[in-house]
Amino acid sequence: MYSATVGTRRYTFADLKTLLAKASPLRSGDQLAGIAAETGEERVAAHYALADLPLATFLNDSVVAYESDEVTRLIVDSHDRTAFAAVAHLTVGGFRDWLLADETNTAVLSALAPGVTPEMAAAVSKICRLQDLMAIAAKCSVVTAFRNTLGLPGRLSVRLQPNHPTDDARGIAASIFDGLLLGAGDAVIGINPATDSPQSAQVLLTMLEELRDKLDIPTQSCVLAHVTTTLDLIGKGAPVDLVFQSIAGTQAANNSFGIDLALLREAREAALSLRRGTVGDNMMYFETGQGSALSANAHHGVDQQTLEARAYAVARAFKPLLVNSVVGFIGPEYLADGKQITRAGLEDHFCGKLIGVPMGVDVCYTNHAEADQDDMDALLALLVAAGVNFVMGVPGGDDIMLGYQSTSFHDALAMRDLFGRRPAPEFETWLGRQGLIDEAHRVRPRRLPSQFRALLPGKLS
Amino acid sequence: MNADVTSEDQVWTALRGLTAARIGLKRAGAALATAPLLDFRLAHARARDAVHEPLDAARLAAELGELGGPVVSIASAAPDRQSYLMRPDLGRRLAADALLPQAGAYDTVFVVADGLSARAVELHARPVLAHAMTSLRGEGWKLAPLVIVRHGRVAIGDAIAAALGAESVAVLIGERPGLSAPDSMGAYLTFKPRAHSTDADRNCISNIRPEGIGYDSAGFKIAHLLRAMRARRLSGVSLKDESDRLLIGRP
Repeated sequence: MYSATVGTRRYTFADLKTLLAKASPLRSGDQLAGIAAETGEERVAAHYALADLPLATFLNDSVVAYESDEVTRLIVDSHDRTAFAAVAHLTVGGFRDWLLADETNTAVLSALAPGVTPEMAAAVSKICRLQDLMAIAAKCSVVTAFRNTLGLPGRLSVRLQPNHPTDDARGIAASIFDGLLLGAGDAVIGINPATDSPQSAQVLLTMLEELRDKLDIPTQSCVLAHVTTTLDLIGKGAPVDLVFQSIAGTQAANNSFGIDLALLREAREAALSLRRGTVGDNMMYFETGQGSALSANAHHGVDQQTLEARAYAVARAFKPLLVNSVVGFIGPEYLADGKQITRAGLEDHFCGKLIGVPMGVDVCYTNHAEADQDDMDALLALLVAAGVNFVMGVPGGDDIMLGYQSTSFHDALAMRDLFGRRPAPEFETWLGRQGLIDEAHRVRPRRLPSQFRALLPGKLS
Repeated sequence: MNADVTSEDQVWTALRGLTAARIGLKRAGAALATAPLLDFRLAHARARDAVHEPLDAARLAAELGELGGPVVSIASAAPDRQSYLMRPDLGRRLAADALLPQAGAYDTVFVVADGLSARAVELHARPVLAHAMTSLRGEGWKLAPLVIVRHGRVAIGDAIAAALGAESVAVLIGERPGLSAPDSMGAYLTFKPRAHSTDADRNCISNIRPEGIGYDSAGFKIAHLLRAMRARRLSGVSLKDESDRLLIGRP
């Protein structure tokens, strides 16, 4: 049991997961689960109790039982005690101060990452303000590579997301053209298929391969099908660069996605055997989002932000190229409005970076949430300031297949201009060769490059 | 120079013909020019309005009745739109006073729920059902009465299938309205649904609307998946939608 006295009132918290849930900043998903703090004062009392909690507590007490959950076993069994030694003497509050200290630089944080459990990261994030989440994350660096190098300092990469409601290859290609001209696609050219049909996924993979090959683009492609579909396609010789899967922070939630850790391991090994990466072999692409475990009724009474951080521990085990939180996609029952989405996006980026995961964020909202473009502009700018590895690029910000709004090619360009961030180096060189970068080093398409023109269907060129 | 600009415009006009995505938008610096900015804002306002539009259950029941078979209209446990949006658990449960017909040994039950876009099912449920139901009836399938649900989520179909004694359930539901598609319908199919069925137990066809997956294709896929579920005694991620292979060569 944990407790804190605020004025004359003593607040008690039955166990670790209750303490974490009560300390979580207000969000609709925790209210839906019936685990949120009842009052503002109770929440702050939980912050006091959490701030005094020794970090080592997290090594002896699990929020989901070790015996019944393979994600907990992964976290405990892979914990690096040597890396943890640097902060082993600290409380959660002391950890926040240590993270913010000037001496705690990028090298120190990189060395620490394998010693941080997701629950520690979640705990310290709960007592941080947005400013802290940004300042600490900006000091973290997670660099990955496949056909180009992502996450380097001063860079901002973009997933080109050219979805089409019927997976029409020509419609998708048209969106890819638009995105490439606007400097998107260095993180990945990644299509969410409208159905999980293996035939359709194979057609799209082949189209992506041809396009990438003909334009000689130093990037990777992905069809975001279920991992079992991708495994089958690898077996059939389809050109698979990245293996995609949605993941969550409990075994039961992962089972609801039709996966477990063994399946992810099998898929990574299959993709690794293809040896398609040229400058690195990070080839897993994971997506996550707060609320997914609750949505699958697999949350074990743990708050959604802590479970989200546990999903990053799953990701970390598979050396991914890209991990992104699709933060506002899940809907208002988990993140009600722009304020909750903003806080969640910065928490997710912070927790992922702190434990050593190459974080991007899909800055997004649905039409049934209380949010709009102004909220997204603010979150996007805060994330870029915090050093996010990549964001999404959707034509006009309107995903016509998934039915939600994400960031546009233009949004990413505006952020690169505003913050002086550049694309991944290999991709930047390619953009320069296409004549798409102006004298001021900005991506500015003036006309269709001749290589692109050659790919247009006959009647268009 | 002028000729060049014209041909570039022609290229974009042609490319725009291949997708409804917002491509080739006019820029001002890195940002969108004013016209596409306002177009986006209008589409968002319309999609927001669609989320809150109520289902005309009586009219839908009358239309679905023309497919030949009984239709019942019930509500979920969510009393209003705001509760529906914030309390998914209520949208998955039947209202306390929901009246369903007697259970029978049915092969499948079709459920039509408003979900997040009542307009989607008002427009698309009937033509898709006409195709799927005719096809299955022709093969001797025993179909339960059609059930319309106000403020319903996908999992409410599990409770309905259990109450009616149906071996499988197909829920047609309004998907979250997008800017370019405020009226897209999804179909979620589950074999032997249980109280704890999860998304991994379901097969899904989304983007059903004339500009997406058309009525005949959707009806064909639904009937195909229901047959495959019955033959293999399962649904969900272990049952892949191979119907595209069968659709090739169809008109």
